[in-house]
Amino acid sequence: MKLTGAEILTHFLADEGVEHIFGYPGGAVLHIYDALHNQDRLKHILVRHEQAATHAADAYARSTGKPGVVLVTSGPGATNAVTGVATAYMDSIPMVVITGQVPTNLIGNDAFQEVDSVGITRPCVKHNFLVKDVNDLAMVLKKAFYIATTGRPGPVVVDIPKDVTAAVANYKHPKQIEMRSYNPVVKGHPGQIKRAVKMMESAKRPMIYSGGGVILDDASKALTELAHLLGCPVTNTTMGLGGFPASDRQFVGMLGMHGTYEANMAISNCDVMIAIGARFDDRVTGNIEKFAPKAKIIHVDIDPASISKNVKVDVPIVGSVNNVLKAMIKQLKADDFKPDPEVLEKWWSQIEKWRAKQCLKYKTEGESIKPQYAVETLHKVTGGDAFITSDVGQHQMWAAQYYGFDKPRRWINSGGLGTMGFGLPAAMGVQIAHPKAEVACITGEGSIQMNIQELSTCLQYDLPIKIVCLNNGYLGMVRQWQEFFYDNRYAHSYMESLPDFVKLAESYGHVGIQVERMADVEGAMQEAFKLKDRLVFLNILTDPTENVYPMVPAGAGLDEMILI
Amino acid sequence: MRHIISILMENEAGALSRVAGLFSARGYNIESLTVAPTEDVTLSRMTLVTRGSEEIIEQITKQLNKLIDVVKLMDLVEGPHVERELMLIKVKTSGAGAREEIMRLAEIFRGNVIDVTPTTYTIELTGNAEKLDAFIVALDKIPIMETVRSGVSAISRGAKALHI
Ligand SMILES: Cc1ncc(C[n+]2csc(CCOP(=O)(O)OP(=O)(O)O)c2C)c(N)n1
Repeated sequence: MKLTGAEILTHFLADEGVEHIFGYPGGAVLHIYDALHNQDRLKHILVRHEQAATHAADAYARSTGKPGVVLVTSGPGATNAVTGVATAYMDSIPMVVITGQVPTNLIGNDAFQEVDSVGITRPCVKHNFLVKDVNDLAMVLKKAFYIATTGRPGPVVVDIPKDVTAAVANYKHPKQIEMRSYNPVVKGHPGQIKRAVKMMESAKRPMIYSGGGVILDDASKALTELAHLLGCPVTNTTMGLGGFPASDRQFVGMLGMHGTYEANMAISNCDVMIAIGARFDDRVTGNIEKFAPKAKIIHVDIDPASISKNVKVDVPIVGSVNNVLKAMIKQLKADDFKPDPEVLEKWWSQIEKWRAKQCLKYKTEGESIKPQYAVETLHKVTGGDAFITSDVGQHQMWAAQYYGFDKPRRWINSGGLGTMGFGLPAAMGVQIAHPKAEVACITGEGSIQMNIQELSTCLQYDLPIKIVCLNNGYLGMVRQWQEFFYDNRYAHSYMESLPDFVKLAESYGHVGIQVERMADVEGAMQEAFKLKDRLVFLNILTDPTENVYPMVPAGAGLDEMILI
Repeated sequence: MRHIISILMENEAGALSRVAGLFSARGYNIESLTVAPTEDVTLSRMTLVTRGSEEIIEQITKQLNKLIDVVKLMDLVEGPHVERELMLIKVKTSGAGAREEIMRLAEIFRGNVIDVTPTTYTIELTGNAEKLDAFIVALDKIPIMETVRSGVSAISRGAKALHI
């Protein structure tokens, strides 16, 4: 079939099973937009800013496991997309970003709307391509999807010059791909798995620490089974929440800087740590010298470079998390392993003592709305079953601490890059992937203003997202650090001249509800979720002085945390 | 410790900048780097000399392996190997007896004079880095106009080979 480059792109995407693309037009991609106009297999979602396109596609991927697809023009279109590409890169999200480029004969001439997109994105993509010949286009796209979705997933940028989209070539959907330079290891080394299982079986104080890898590899079922076989406590990283049910008794909460006391103490005292699809990020480990000093560490990860990068481990296992977990379970069953109840009981009675501190308890006296209460109420109103996206700041940590995720892919946040402005476009991506589901965006009055223009997109595509804005009138997380470490000098963390969010929502054609009293929170949320086909902006005025606890200060070990 | 990392990579545009970018982004140092196509023109071979602790070198090789264009790599320092570097050096021949002195030195170091003008000699010399350094020292008072060094090329001894 003879097609233009632009048609090859649209045909390929549809043949690859893509249903939605998030994008924004411009000169360099006009041929592509024309090709989109002439087909009906792909749905294009027109955002209001290219950053939002990338976050929406990213969250589409996070909530479904399918790669997100973005289409932007050259120059400013591409640079606007970079934040979203970097966000996806840090959290290993499969995404393919098509950027338009100036015609090949103008590349390097400082042409109108020319940037070196391949150069700019190189440090924040898994891989990128510049397509110079239309005959290579289909194969490059195939490689892009293959690379983005296999091994440790990540974003791939494909830069396509305008003349390549006009040129004609033969098209056939490439079914298969093989690359001699890229063959991710999937199966774990059997000997290492045996060693790891031996170590688990002889542990007195075992502990599972799992991260985003479990979510990405759809391994929650296997993780839960392993945890139940071992009977040990489980902690999740911020990225790993939902990988193990929060309501399970064995769950001790999130670990790290704002982790629970019991999770951080258990990490500091366990004798065998099973790290699964997690990467020992500095926000997780605190002072690395003091991290898990008593533990022998087993580390399972698809990315060999994540192993022994920050913390030296005793049993490294490279492989797909799901695969390795299943192999471990098989081995434990073959050994007919049952944990010694006495040994386990001793460990749990210690953990229960830590748990009894109730580190997530917060003060409820006074008039002002406690943000923690708002998140707990959201859980109640949604039956704990909503997709929750978040922005970055205190509200993100409260969402992580208080929502209690029982299922994977329900908690959608920018953990690695910490990108304010992620929440609303992410909610769009989730809602488009799951039109019937309840989707809430927990945000702050600072973050929401970083992509507020997307309220317009939400109207165009009838996305009934519920925005839960915990409005404390401050860049709260910044204010908290200034309170703790800069003697209350609140340099530029006070957001003066905030808009009237209710009116703002209304002017975009949505519903706005102002909530000012504790007693009104639940009712307002119920009302919001009753409006099934409307976007509702809940502007919840929360206690401006509230801080996120517990907290491990920078440089301290996990067992040196500040409790409330 | 000094390591010589040999990398076979796809001969694609931008492959070199991916390696260079990785080193600068992660703060690894590069002492020298050479790259050229192999007998199979779809493949380039890069030789990269770097220094670092065992942990850093482990990370470097893992991160390099992660680059999509990298097909295979090997740390040559882990086994017996030969390394060579090419130097082209242009010197002034103006002083009395300078020409004879330069010829004599070039002979001792098994170099070749590859370009001659009334006022200059250009000498070609190969060897390991110390030998090239020693030649520069030996030139002593003879004025050097220009030095070009290729950076290290290296290969393992015996039957071991980096190929696909
Ligand atoms: C794009 C971006 N700029 C700056 C920051 C630094 N930062 C982290 S949290 C925060 C404050 C966020 O304020 P708000 O959205 O109101 O949330 P709150 O902390 O008050 O809940 C800032 C500025 C960031 N994470 N992202």
